[in-house]
Amino acid sequence: MPPDSEPLVFARGLTKRFGDFTAVDSVDFDVLPGRAFGFLGPNGAGKTSTMRMIACSSPVTSGELRVIGMDPRTQAREIKARLGVVPQIDNLDTELTVRENLEMYARYFDIPGDVARRRADELLEFVQLDERAKDQVEPLSGGMKRRLTIARSLINEPELVILDEPTTGLDPQARHLLWERLYQLKRRGATLIITTHYMDEAEQLCDRLVVMDKAKIVAEGSPRELIDQHSTREVLELRVTDAVRDHLNGRLDGLADRIEELPDRLLLYTADGEQTLDQVHKREIPVDSALVRRSTLEDVFLRLTGRTLIE
Amino acid sequence: MTVVAASGRVFHRNWLVYKRLWHRSLAFGFLQPLLFLTAMGVGLGALISARQQASAFGGVPYIDWLGPGLLAAMAMQTATFESTYPIMNKIMWGRNYEAMLSTPLEIRSIVRGELAWVGFRIGSLAAVFLVVLTVFGIPRTPLAVLAVPVAMLVGVAFSACLMAFTATQRNDVGFSAVFRFVVNPLFLFSGTFFPLSQLPPQLQVVAWATPLFHGVELIRGLILGQLNPLAAPFHLAYLVAMLVIGVLLADRYLTRRMAS
Repeated sequence: MPPDSEPLVFARGLTKRFGDFTAVDSVDFDVLPGRAFGFLGPNGAGKTSTMRMIACSSPVTSGELRVIGMDPRTQAREIKARLGVVPQIDNLDTELTVRENLEMYARYFDIPGDVARRRADELLEFVQLDERAKDQVEPLSGGMKRRLTIARSLINEPELVILDEPTTGLDPQARHLLWERLYQLKRRGATLIITTHYMDEAEQLCDRLVVMDKAKIVAEGSPRELIDQHSTREVLELRVTDAVRDHLNGRLDGLADRIEELPDRLLLYTADGEQTLDQVHKREIPVDSALVRRSTLEDVFLRLTGRTLIE
Repeated sequence: MTVVAASGRVFHRNWLVYKRLWHRSLAFGFLQPLLFLTAMGVGLGALISARQQASAFGGVPYIDWLGPGLLAAMAMQTATFESTYPIMNKIMWGRNYEAMLSTPLEIRSIVRGELAWVGFRIGSLAAVFLVVLTVFGIPRTPLAVLAVPVAMLVGVAFSACLMAFTATQRNDVGFSAVFRFVVNPLFLFSGTFFPLSQLPPQLQVVAWATPLFHGVELIRGLILGQLNPLAAPFHLAYLVAMLVIGVLLADRYLTRRMAS
């Protein structure tokens, strides 16, 4: 194992091309041990391609990539032996039972049968599927399948776990249960790499993240740092009628550091949302509804790219 | 982990699935030759005169001549089926290979493990087939048991080539073409139902160049005790070459497919 200071994943100028299309365009990042590192960005930003290169399932086109101190080009097997992978689309073995999925997967890692059985027991308990051990995979809910996939990714006690959009498509309750399990995993000292297009997920789970857009990294930092650097403390969201909106003619000028016009609402970036709202009222601008909230990574993304995350 | 051990894991996975329904699979294995031999052999064979049997069918009743040919054809058909839809499923729909390739397993272990599995399946079906042939009193010599490994060779040779083909396909449309334009013609024109000498000489040459014919010749020769010692090594070499080429292509195309 590399010393603590050495990154588990080291990327410089990392690039992935498919023919003429550049999916990942010369990105640099370091993932330090024990961290939860996030890739935040909309669909098609290049997150999954980056993940697949780290997981040694897609060859690097150019640039430097080292995973757990090794080169994916020549040491893919050694790297894979020490990685856990949760792919974006479940690839559980639907012809096997829940328990067989874990035990068989362990055998692919050459883990002896008795160790595999013991770990399967522990992991089924960890993801709260011990009562479904003998069931087939197919009748499980989306959240349960995801948890089983996470349990499976831990069967080789990996140093690094890669999760590609772990909660996409799940209902809120299932998402929270999954986050809670991932948080437990983090507390045990696992290093996680998570891609997501949900800013709340990135804020919940990641110590450090990069924002990706159109194959490039556009910002990097902790969620807090990113918000501090790229947004104001608070946001005032205004909904006004189209008629009012068409005749604003600069009546909001000077009220906020920055104003974003979205199709359904106006976002006023300001240090104190309530105070700004008072001023909106003083200027007698008719408002349908107003909401004051803290800035989020969504605002950071909007600021950096001019677009929302989920379109 | 060696390639052999890793292939064993892929085999083991298939075994886990199969062990729940092996009895059903073997029951079908009994039923199919039984029906075919009864219909074609007893029904049709009764219409063939003793004189024809002596000249065209090497002096044995038609059913005895037909049975070993059907065994070879069964190996081809099973291999074809097992190497198309199930492999496509593991590539695309079920994503089994994606999951396996997240572990230290490699493409060549997957290819060899799947081939070993097809070999095992065909070996077990061929053994059942041989039991049915024995019930009909067809085998002339104990060497007939060697028909089982030869059937396995026919199976894995076809399987390897079809696995390579499957790895290049984006949907299952190509499979029906394979069944219609490759498997069925081979089934009909490889000396399974009638001797190749019935065909015009040009077509005989074509049949000689196709793979099932060599399997039929070997298996029939072993079961009826009429193996041609000069031709046998050539038949065997053909099938081994087909297997080797198929494995190399399967390795290459599956690697390309899974990296994309």
